[in-house]
Amino acid sequence: MLKILKYSFFDLIRSRWSYVYFLFYLLLGFVLLFLNNDVSKAVITLMNIIIVLVPLIGTIFGVMYYYNSKEFTELLLAQPIRRSSIFLGQYFGVAGSQTMSLVLGLGIPFVMYGLFKSDAIFDFSLLLVTGAFLTLIFTALSFNIALSNENKIKGFGYAVLLWLFLAVIYDGLFLMSLIIFKEYPLDTFSLAATMFNPIDLSRILILLELDISALLGYTGAVFKKFFGTQTGLIISIVMLVIWTAIPLWWLTYKAKRKDF
Amino acid sequence: MFSLLGERAFGRTVPICPDCEIRTISEGVATAMDHDTLLIKKGTYKEFNILIDKPLTLLGQGYPIVDGEEKGEIIRIVSDHVTIDGLFIINVGTSYTTDYAAIRVVKSEHFLIQNVVLERLFFGIYLEKSNHGKIFHNKIIGDAVDEYNSGNGIQLWYSHNVEVERNIVQGVRDGIYLEFSDNVTIKGNTSTKNLRYGLHFMFSNDDVYTGNTFEENGAGVAVMFSKRIKMIKNTFRNNWGTASYGMLLKEINDAEIVNNVFEENTIGINIEGSNRITYDNNDFVANGWAIKVLGACYANTFTRNNFLYNSFDISYNSKMNDNKFDQNYWSDYTGYDLDKDGIGDIPYRPVKLFSYIVNRTPETIVLLRSLFMDIIDFSEKVSPVFTPDNLMDANPLIQRSHDTH
Amino acid sequence: MIHIKELHKSFGKNKVLSGINLDIETNGIFAVLGPNGSGKTTLIKSILGMVLPQKGTITVNGGPIKKNWKYREQIDYLPQIANFPGNLKVRELIRMIQDLRRKPSEEQRLITLFQLEPFMDKRLSTLSGGTKQKVNIVLTFMFDCPLIVLDEPTTGLDPASLIHLKGLIREEKEKGKTILITSHIMQFVAEVANTIVYILEGKIYFKGSIPELKEQTRQNDLEHAIAAIANAKNHA
Repeated sequence: MLKILKYSFFDLIRSRWSYVYFLFYLLLGFVLLFLNNDVSKAVITLMNIIIVLVPLIGTIFGVMYYYNSKEFTELLLAQPIRRSSIFLGQYFGVAGSQTMSLVLGLGIPFVMYGLFKSDAIFDFSLLLVTGAFLTLIFTALSFNIALSNENKIKGFGYAVLLWLFLAVIYDGLFLMSLIIFKEYPLDTFSLAATMFNPIDLSRILILLELDISALLGYTGAVFKKFFGTQTGLIISIVMLVIWTAIPLWWLTYKAKRKDF
Repeated sequence: MFSLLGERAFGRTVPICPDCEIRTISEGVATAMDHDTLLIKKGTYKEFNILIDKPLTLLGQGYPIVDGEEKGEIIRIVSDHVTIDGLFIINVGTSYTTDYAAIRVVKSEHFLIQNVVLERLFFGIYLEKSNHGKIFHNKIIGDAVDEYNSGNGIQLWYSHNVEVERNIVQGVRDGIYLEFSDNVTIKGNTSTKNLRYGLHFMFSNDDVYTGNTFEENGAGVAVMFSKRIKMIKNTFRNNWGTASYGMLLKEINDAEIVNNVFEENTIGINIEGSNRITYDNNDFVANGWAIKVLGACYANTFTRNNFLYNSFDISYNSKMNDNKFDQNYWSDYTGYDLDKDGIGDIPYRPVKLFSYIVNRTPETIVLLRSLFMDIIDFSEKVSPVFTPDNLMDANPLIQRSHDTH
Repeated sequence: MIHIKELHKSFGKNKVLSGINLDIETNGIFAVLGPNGSGKTTLIKSILGMVLPQKGTITVNGGPIKKNWKYREQIDYLPQIANFPGNLKVRELIRMIQDLRRKPSEEQRLITLFQLEPFMDKRLSTLSGGTKQKVNIVLTFMFDCPLIVLDEPTTGLDPASLIHLKGLIREEKEKGKTILITSHIMQFVAEVANTIVYILEGKIYFKGSIPELKEQTRQNDLEHAIAAIANAKNHA
């Protein structure tokens, strides 16, 4: 697997899109910091960007890479290599190169700005970790979509729909159900509902840092336990790991049973 | 009159120590003449109900310990011109019927209580109908757990013209509590980790508090049913919890709130039924809600404040607004300044639809900063339906109004 | 070498292989022929484990290939469409395959043979179809495996390269290898193949040498013979 990872990764970091992605984050970091001169504000803006854009880019990148590397995959399939290694290797190559673009693209301007001397370093690291997780999750989801759809256009369509659903529509339905059932105790429900959407989950993880004072304003005992202690942080991270692991497991399961 | 002053100036110094001629403070007080100084040397004095009924100075040397052994009140001052200085008073009795205090001043004037350390207390320093005194540089460290069986650090009841300065109060019910006390100055105190409020005003008018720090209290400061209070250069920080505020204003009129810092509180200022208040030059940093307005509040003005990275800047529970927001800096402002006059060209609406939704369905707070919420907030901004449509800062600043305090 | 027993494969409702039985014991060159969509590529991909049959077993060199990948070390495969990761250079691609297979290889001789030196540092996306096919051939023949599978090896080759390819195939045959070829160029098949395996509608319709085929169809050249079996089937 590591060999495949290596080749996919090097193939990708030489592709135009990795540079575009990297430069985008680099530019974003510089614009946010040097036009604003305000690390805290930059971190908040970044959070909004990360939870919306990273999943979208991860999805599109994943689908694109899968379809573009079809021939490469077929070449590899005829080689004495385990199937799961081929797909996991390619997956980690894509996800890894994206994560690198993200971390370096945002990291460089922040380090140059003097992040290590700022107390926003923890918030910022959390943002990057969350961004990395979102990349892993959405790349895995998009690989799954691409694997089950031979038709490129269809695959793209489903992938973008998935993103739209998780980034926007899910929260709309979520909000509606909270308002409709507001007579009932909803704190367990609302926490559970965030767990089923990796974007919400990441958002909660970041909220724990940025908006803890607001989150603690709510009376529910479950909320208090979740947000007031380390429980929330631990559960969120565990859930993100699960969110990464399940699509990956499904990917290898499907890949082993697919004809090429 | 001259002879009285002369006597004071030449008062004797009476030493008290475990091996001295006079071994207890009560004995010392009983034998002392007016205006004497009782020099209490290092040691432990197991005494309570010490009644000081003549003008005396009790001066501790090397922090002698006065141990009340939880039997009741420790020192009661019933005379004018009494000074207590440098004692370490511990183990005040706890009672559900009597408010035992470490030091109680009753109907006396010109008192000075300074450099006193109080630990394991019920009430700390309790002023009862006592005016023109000073409470200076004391340290009150309580270990209160429940509100119902704990007392306040410094309490003023019908006491006017008192100065409370540079005290440290922590771990009691209310750090400093004023009831029916006017013209009191509260300056440079640090009130932290108290169960209820760092500072609490009830029915007290014309008081000033400046340069104090309130951290991690149930709520920083509660100002209730009082008039013309000046609140200047204080810091309210880390007051977290369901009913936690940096400051709670209830039925307050004509107050001034200037140059304060509200940082990381669940609610920076919670305002109920308060009118004609000036909020000027304050910093609201990283609070859950910078300002929450409940009920009818009229003719308040908010100018030149910095609102920085609060989850919500302003929250209203009604569609009505009679308050003025002008020339504040809002970190969430996304407008532009084409004419470069330092003022944004489009107004800022500090009340989000989402804050209205959270008020009605608190669980929705988990959707904070969701893209969906941003979208509906945006549409509400364009045409307000649920939030007061005249609530806006027509002249939002492009740069912070001042460097954060 | 290869034993295929009752192999069934369908993609959705489309039945592609319906009970293929094929034993390839000896070495030599086997041409798998058949009309478009008859299942040639599916058969080859089944042998390589790229397509997973619904029914039937395949054994290669004595071991079943199901849930196995090691046996592919014994196979050199030339895929039909030579498309490679575009960002890689030719040299890197060759090195990558070497790295993946970890076997001795003799790519240099083949590179010289196909005059690929000027392209070694070019990215694969910039190469023409024919050049890509040459790279494809280099990758296939640079290792020494007992079984070689070639899917349409002549695609896009110029005459000179075609001659080199034929030479290579003959060479490998002489080394005693088993070679499986699919092709539409009958002239090419006629030149190199020992045995014809003719697939029609998912079944082996004919297996035998070229003279046997000619005799059975009473045709003088291979092209007509092939066309004749297809027709015979249709008329039956």
